[in-house]
Amino acid sequence: MNDQADDNKEIVDESPNRRDFLQIATYTVGGVGAGMAVWPLVDSINPPADVLSLASSEIDISSIKVGQSVTVMWRGRPVFVRHRTDTEIKEARAVPLDSLPDPASDEERTQKAEWLIMVGVCTHLGCIPNGQRETDPKGDFNGWFCPCHGSHYDSAGRIRKGPAPTNLEVPPYQFLDDTTVKIG
Amino acid sequence: MNFYKNIVLPIHDWVDYRLPVFSYVRKNLVDYPTPKNLNYWWNFGALLGITLMTMIITGIFLAFNYTPHTELAFASVEHLMRDVNYGWLIRFMHSSGASMFFILVYIHMFRSLYFGSFKAPRELLWIIGVAIYLAMMATAFMGYVLPWGQMSYWGATVITSLFSAIPIVGDSLVTWIWGGFVIGDNTLMRFFVVHYLMPMIIVLLVFFHLWALHSHHSNNPLGVDMKTPADSIPFHPYYTIKDLLGLGVFLTFYLTFVFFAPDYFGHPDNYVEANPLVTPAHIVPEWYFLPFYAILRSIDDKLLGVIAMFSAVSILFVLPWLDRGRVRSAKFRPIYRQFFWLFVADCFLLGYIGAQSAVEPFVTIGRLAAAYYFAHFLIIIPLVAKFERPLEPPESISAGVLEAQLKSKTAEPAAQLQGAE
Repeated sequence: MNDQADDNKEIVDESPNRRDFLQIATYTVGGVGAGMAVWPLVDSINPPADVLSLASSEIDISSIKVGQSVTVMWRGRPVFVRHRTDTEIKEARAVPLDSLPDPASDEERTQKAEWLIMVGVCTHLGCIPNGQRETDPKGDFNGWFCPCHGSHYDSAGRIRKGPAPTNLEVPPYQFLDDTTVKIG
Repeated sequence: MNFYKNIVLPIHDWVDYRLPVFSYVRKNLVDYPTPKNLNYWWNFGALLGITLMTMIITGIFLAFNYTPHTELAFASVEHLMRDVNYGWLIRFMHSSGASMFFILVYIHMFRSLYFGSFKAPRELLWIIGVAIYLAMMATAFMGYVLPWGQMSYWGATVITSLFSAIPIVGDSLVTWIWGGFVIGDNTLMRFFVVHYLMPMIIVLLVFFHLWALHSHHSNNPLGVDMKTPADSIPFHPYYTIKDLLGLGVFLTFYLTFVFFAPDYFGHPDNYVEANPLVTPAHIVPEWYFLPFYAILRSIDDKLLGVIAMFSAVSILFVLPWLDRGRVRSAKFRPIYRQFFWLFVADCFLLGYIGAQSAVEPFVTIGRLAAAYYFAHFLIIIPLVAKFERPLEPPESISAGVLEAQLKSKTAEPAAQLQGAE
């Protein structure tokens, strides 16, 4: 400590004095002021009100037949809505949870067993998995298959094989009535 | 383990040996010898620098939300004002900031005129300064067009049409500037690009302005050179603190407009979207152009009016050669001092006339004021420089400061002087 004697002598040798107090107070006020000046600039980069106002989408599901999928837009991203078959539901519920990379039961991921609703964006690097159309490759687990890096999702949208770290995200949604779903 | 000695200092030395950035800052912002008698009129350079940075930063964030297209520009500005977080604040800081910029630069220039800061060896410093002023005017004009309101559109039409006064090539030149037969999409896009480009040019000019300044150091209220170390004090902490106090006062003034009267410097008509079929009833330029606008209108001939207006600015370039007087500061120039204040009054009068409709008595008053503006530079300044008998300035800054203190009979001037050193 003695080595830096010259410049910091007062601080090292003496207890804080009036000048130290003024200096620290000045830097503090200046720092807080600078932060407050910078915040509006930073916040202006956040989504503006018109983008936030598009945060929910209502969809009519009455025309989706069993075994059919549709893709709808929510916050500019695709949301998969699938009217699942009994086989798919059975498959999804039969899987032991401890064999899953990201354990989640099918019951947790659906509100009504026949309706699977999830964000159709691969949790690996953001591609859109195939599997919506009947002719699409559905991967090894009869669900979705991401063509970018080969992630396989099952009929509950859970990651089973490949580089994706987590299951396809389930957005907040509610059934307004039997045929209408509000996503967001 | 001593953090400062073992980590900070070696890195500092390593960098500084290869790129002497720390030495440079120390030489030009810390130890930099500054006349010890600078008054608050010398705050305005630093304030202008800070305002330039404020304008650039708020401008970048505005550009994030702006669309330079005739169909979308007005709506994108309204979107910024209503939907973007703090968009109103960023826009009002930018629009009021433009007016602040001109208030500061006019005070800065009048300071230079009063204390003779444009005289040898600071002629280039002054000329670069006038170039910055010109660049600011161009930037402000183009920036005002971007919101695409009625004043934007018709202001742009009138100002760009000035070039049509040029014989032979005038009309083709205006078409070229517009990129069409009226102000349109092409015009808006290029104005946006150039408005964004100009600040970089201004920063470059400011760099040269400061380079020239630091070569011969600041002028001072006495207008005599620094001769001995006793005449100067280091820039830091003395003038950093003085500039900070000035900054506090300035920000209070500036932000009062931003928060409480954000549209004070603007025109209500600019909240009406540009309409190429209707000109607003009363169209005036922004206040900082008004004196030159008055000069333009005071001549009934199109070409001569435009020439007069541009001459009013460009005459500043040759000022160092119009005023050949040896003494810099108006403190020691009893005659020049009076004409200086007359000139200030004349500029205010021209500004007032520029805001009025072109009817009597304003037209005649405007003509007289415009004539006086040029007479000040072309007749009064050279004659005063030749025939005035200035008082003898003090030997040195120290002598001048001491003399002033003795005169005002402050207690123990010598002791105070020592304290200042």
